[in-house]
Amino acid sequence: MIKNLKPAIMLTILLLLLLGFAYPFVLWGIGQLMPEKSTGSPIIQEGRITGYENIGQNFTDEKYFRGRPSAVGYNAASTGGSNKGPSNPDYLAEVQARIDTFLVHNPDVKKENIPSELVTASGSGLDPHISPQGAYVQISRIAKTRNINEEKLKELIRNNIEKPLLGLFGTERVNVLKLNIALDKLK
Amino acid sequence: MSKHIKENKLFQKDIIINALKASFVKLNPAVMIKNPVMFTVEVGTLIMIVLTIILLFSPDPAQGSFIYNLTLTVILFLTVLFANFAEGVAEARGKAQAESLRKTRQDTPANLLINGGKVKKIMSSELKKGDLILVSEGEIIPSDGEIVEGIATIDESAITGESAPVIREAGGDKSGVTGGTKVLSDSIKVLITIEKGESFLDKMIMLVEGASRQKSPNEIALTILLAGFTLMFLIVTVTLHPFGIYANTPIAIAFLVSLYVCLIPTTIGGLLSAIGIAGMDRALRANVISKSGKAVETAGDIDTLLLDKTGTITIGNRKATNFFKVNGMDENTFIKYCAMSSLADETPEGKSIIELAKKMGIEVNHSAHSNEKFFKFTAQTRMSGIDLKDGTEVRKGAFDVIKQLVLDNKNIVPHEMQSVVNKIAEDGGTPLAVTVNNKAAGVIQLEDIIKTGIQERFQRLRKMGVKTVMVTGDNPLTAKFIANVAGVDDYIAEAKPEDKMNYIINEQRSGKLVAMMGDGTNDAPALAQADVGVAMNSGTQAAKEAGNMVDLDNDPTKLIEVVEIGKQLLITRGSITTFSIANDVAKYFAIVPALFIATIPQLQTLNIMNLTSPQSAILAAVIFNALIIPMLIPLALRGVVYKPIGAEKLLTRNLLIYGLGGVIVPFIGIKLIDLLLTLTGIV
Amino acid sequence: MTTEITGILLIFGLAVAMAIPFGKYISRVYKGEKTFLDFMSPLENLFFKLSGIDPEAQWDWKQNIKAMLTINFVWFILGMIILVSQGVIPLWNPDGIPAMEPTQAFNTVVSFLTNTNLQHYSGETGASYFSQMFFIMFMQFVSAGTGMAALALLFKGLANKSGNELGNFYNLLVKSCTRILLPVCVLIGTIFIFNNMPMTFGGATQVITLQGDTVNVATGPVAAMIPIKELGTNGGGFFGPNSTHPFENPNYVTNIVENIAMLLIPISMIFALGFYLNRKKFAYMIFWVMTAGFLMLAIPAVVLELQGNPAITEMGIRQDMGSMEGKEVRIGSAASAFWGIANTVISCGSVNSMHDSWTPLSGMFAMLGMQLNAFYGGVGVGIINMFVFIIIAVFIAGLMVGRTPELLGKKIEAKEVKIAILVAVAHYIFILGGTALAVYIYNTTPEAAETLKWLNNPSNHGFSEMLYEFTSASANNGSGFEGLGDNTPFWNISTGLVMLLNRFIPIIGPVAIAGYLSQKKYIPESAGSMRIDSPIFGIVLFSVIVIIGALIFFPVLALGPISEFLLMIK
Repeated sequence: MIKNLKPAIMLTILLLLLLGFAYPFVLWGIGQLMPEKSTGSPIIQEGRITGYENIGQNFTDEKYFRGRPSAVGYNAASTGGSNKGPSNPDYLAEVQARIDTFLVHNPDVKKENIPSELVTASGSGLDPHISPQGAYVQISRIAKTRNINEEKLKELIRNNIEKPLLGLFGTERVNVLKLNIALDKLK
Repeated sequence: MSKHIKENKLFQKDIIINALKASFVKLNPAVMIKNPVMFTVEVGTLIMIVLTIILLFSPDPAQGSFIYNLTLTVILFLTVLFANFAEGVAEARGKAQAESLRKTRQDTPANLLINGGKVKKIMSSELKKGDLILVSEGEIIPSDGEIVEGIATIDESAITGESAPVIREAGGDKSGVTGGTKVLSDSIKVLITIEKGESFLDKMIMLVEGASRQKSPNEIALTILLAGFTLMFLIVTVTLHPFGIYANTPIAIAFLVSLYVCLIPTTIGGLLSAIGIAGMDRALRANVISKSGKAVETAGDIDTLLLDKTGTITIGNRKATNFFKVNGMDENTFIKYCAMSSLADETPEGKSIIELAKKMGIEVNHSAHSNEKFFKFTAQTRMSGIDLKDGTEVRKGAFDVIKQLVLDNKNIVPHEMQSVVNKIAEDGGTPLAVTVNNKAAGVIQLEDIIKTGIQERFQRLRKMGVKTVMVTGDNPLTAKFIANVAGVDDYIAEAKPEDKMNYIINEQRSGKLVAMMGDGTNDAPALAQADVGVAMNSGTQAAKEAGNMVDLDNDPTKLIEVVEIGKQLLITRGSITTFSIANDVAKYFAIVPALFIATIPQLQTLNIMNLTSPQSAILAAVIFNALIIPMLIPLALRGVVYKPIGAEKLLTRNLLIYGLGGVIVPFIGIKLIDLLLTLTGIV
Repeated sequence: MTTEITGILLIFGLAVAMAIPFGKYISRVYKGEKTFLDFMSPLENLFFKLSGIDPEAQWDWKQNIKAMLTINFVWFILGMIILVSQGVIPLWNPDGIPAMEPTQAFNTVVSFLTNTNLQHYSGETGASYFSQMFFIMFMQFVSAGTGMAALALLFKGLANKSGNELGNFYNLLVKSCTRILLPVCVLIGTIFIFNNMPMTFGGATQVITLQGDTVNVATGPVAAMIPIKELGTNGGGFFGPNSTHPFENPNYVTNIVENIAMLLIPISMIFALGFYLNRKKFAYMIFWVMTAGFLMLAIPAVVLELQGNPAITEMGIRQDMGSMEGKEVRIGSAASAFWGIANTVISCGSVNSMHDSWTPLSGMFAMLGMQLNAFYGGVGVGIINMFVFIIIAVFIAGLMVGRTPELLGKKIEAKEVKIAILVAVAHYIFILGGTALAVYIYNTTPEAAETLKWLNNPSNHGFSEMLYEFTSASANNGSGFEGLGDNTPFWNISTGLVMLLNRFIPIIGPVAIAGYLSQKKYIPESAGSMRIDSPIFGIVLFSVIVIIGALIFFPVLALGPISEFLLMIK
């Protein structure tokens, strides 16, 4: 037994050094060549990190575009989805409540124009995006709160739409954080 | 399938009666356990019996009505009986077939020879191995044995069904006699070679009988696979119990047992041993006694078939058709020498030379030369001949042997002789060279007649993936000619017994399975070496012991049938297995919605057969499951038709019939039974 | 929506296109032929020398299995030590994450040892960077390497005309890591960093958001772990929500790369088999069977997810993006569903959407992928699982051509059938038996919903959660219907045992079969032999897998997702 264990233990130690230590070290080294990207592309405003490009933030203020509901309240230290089943009555009641709340906050919007991502929780709880439609339906509210021309907001959204990869692959979307930063700058 | 197989009716009255009896005898759990699939059905039936009795005294609506449970119990019990019946029928048929052969060897009187010439009358049942008996004209040979003295015409029709009498004589390869056959002329001394109850026939009968039947390797493997499937479905059924409770749909025990019985492969489980027995029975019907089930199975795998030219490819034996003298000798003298040299040649060819000479007006007879020195033909010398009193030495034999003899004696082989030999060989004949006083004298032409239809049979074998090899003592030219005409893939010319052996070993070394047929003592090693060795019943005891099958007809083409019987056996197993598993799809659509429909009415969508009620659906599935067993008994016994159309086409064909058919048939069957149950108001 | 479909076509197309040359490369590595990575030899030889291993020593199947079990045992001990003491290891633990509870540690160790990566902990709060790098990521390499090495043993066994030498497990393990996994991981990792995936040993950063909330953002050496997570079909994420997390799957490019990475080796292995045995048609037959099975599950799942949740449609809002609960906008429904099915047929188990929130039938297809367990499959073990079905299919179909069944010139007899059927049955027993045990406990516990707090969803869906968990554990997949409250001693121990048993049984069984076949007499094919590279055999193989699987799981699927679906559409 010991005779068989020895090579196994020794090989484990060596592989551990290669795969557990040398490998991440190499990638860390590569990361040092791209310091911004390798720290997750933080957005730095006035010398402090106000967020990460890809980490969604919780927007509850009427003056901001809202992102998607989050099962963890955009807590980026402990993330996750709702894991609610599609037929769960509690869950469906929750979605219904979100629709109703949205309609209260956006009285000009017709129900059939609300896109589903605005009333369903994302997988990570940190989804930074909504669909362009998700941004458009919020225009009237933002316009009223901020007193900005709706056309101007439409243009702002258009400028912030991220196209599918090469225009061919994937979804069309709007990064809510970036959109709101641009919105703040609009004044 | 072939002219040899006696087509008996599948179900004769006495067979049915025996099989019915067996159905109940086999219920003994100690017997049932050999068939794990059906054993679990028996256990399921017992559970249902207990449950039904309990329900009689304390009804429980959750478990369904007493009558319904009773009905299911009865059907499950029938399922077990049907499976036993299938095996019973197969056994009874096999036994009946064997018995009909054995009848021929009922106790007959025997003339036992004791210490030198005295004869003691005893009964055949008292005969022991090693006894010497005398059988005279008109008597029945009491047991299997070997002629040690004499020659006789024997009627073997009782065994082979062939009415033409055959000649058996001491020495040589035609010395074997079978008990039950009748001596038509002359008398012979026979050495008994078997103990009572140990004849091949006795062994064969044991093989088809349940008690001592050994499962063949492939059957064991398939049984394991089926046991695995059974285990899978046992788990499915058992775990469904808590799942049902979770879903607020407790499932009645009767439903669970029904689901289980329907899912496990009862169809193949019930028919598996019948298929195996029927395979041996089919061999027996072709008058081939197989010493084990494995041999029949292996026959299906044969890659290479060694066939003796004589009797297989060509009709009977070669006959002398011409005499060609090559030196100045007088024609008649030459013919006379030829005839004399054949006096000691017991081969059919030798006899045909004497006959031809006789036809040409030159008669020689044995007694006139009885005190001259004969040289018998042997496979080693491949020469025969005679030394006449006047000192003339006449030899006759294969050209290469004779040529050597001539050259060894510092004589010349004339060009003329060489060309005659070549001419004969190219035409597919066999030249026999003759020397007188070690000088080339002439050539005898022997000719073969190729059997009609043999080419088609070889083509069929090629499609089966079997390579055919012709074995002949002829020279390579002749062999090649006949091989080409007959369409065999390869040939062994000028074959000595060890050539056969070497060929087999070579083929086996490259992984091939080889079958051969043989009769002589010198065939015994090759018969033993071959994966399937069929010995002719007329052959020597040694040959019969060495092979793993014995052909009662002594028909060399039998090998081809044996291969097909083997293939058919395997195909039947595979096809019914496929059918059995494919059946489950429809049964699922009948049973699963029925189980849960009470609490989840939406599952009605899955009831694609639109069965009347959960009770009728389950009952219909169980009834179908039971009935399919007896309905497939004829198929199991006759075997799935084998067509040599290449492996791929064969697979496609069988998949369509038994796979796709296996999916569709139960949909129709279950629906019909459901309709019937509804119309008759049973459920 | 069109661009979502083109997106998944691109993923699949690229994966297959790369798999063919990569398969050829893998076959060369295992055959010991020249490759462009031969400069790794000195390092490998140093490893062998220091460990006292003779890489050229040829072992039979038993010796190889012994070596495999021995080194896996060492890894198990190593993992237990690291996880229960991670709180006191001073290195790489900036967030001060404490030790794991023992049953959770057992589950986690087994989970990574078995290439399952069922995570009953959440990465950002449950494991230190030290554990993530030195145990979890290390295991992701070597457990993948173990599966691949086992397959290489099988290859050798099938290629042998005689003899019992299957190669050397340690040699194959090391080469799998150094020649195949490591180089590709460095390449993919670089792509990931370039696409904003963090690669830092700094702790969580405090962020004051635009509207003024303060929040900690967990980060870490993510770009090192994610390549091997996907490439080694491990699936265990750095963060709890796996590849839905924007740091673990920042954009559509990374989504494509990750998805291809997980498909790459399983598909390559099919072609590697063809190159290794020099039977390309056989490999193509397997490829088409697996692909047909994969598409059979993936296409309806993609369609259903794009259609959206019928219950939400009823509420009268737009579902242009499909069913978005538990999904990310940057990925979309199509790529989520495609990924999800790819991840379940492959025993990867990483997720880029929450399967628990999928519409019922898509969830069923995900489960079926794991239950059938034969389409692509995990690195190495995928073909090994398929091999079991090949044996069964050869046995049944072989009989139908009238010969005793043979595979690649070797007879399939009782011993091989016995092992194959037991391996197949084991998977079914673990799934159904495990689920039955859980359901039994649930049934017999009074007020189970409140007492046990297992199920996040009621009735049929709750049943599916339990079924999914054991399915995932037995298939060594690792994804979950994550609503299940699975961090309890019952789930930790039961799924731990299932993972352990159904990792090693399906490796030992088929390798043993290969060992037995290797020694058998080789029979050349003839016109009467069944061709296993023919389309018709492909149909048999496919039918055997699907029919057996469907028969086993139809009742439970009817009770779970099918009922849920039928109840939803009313």
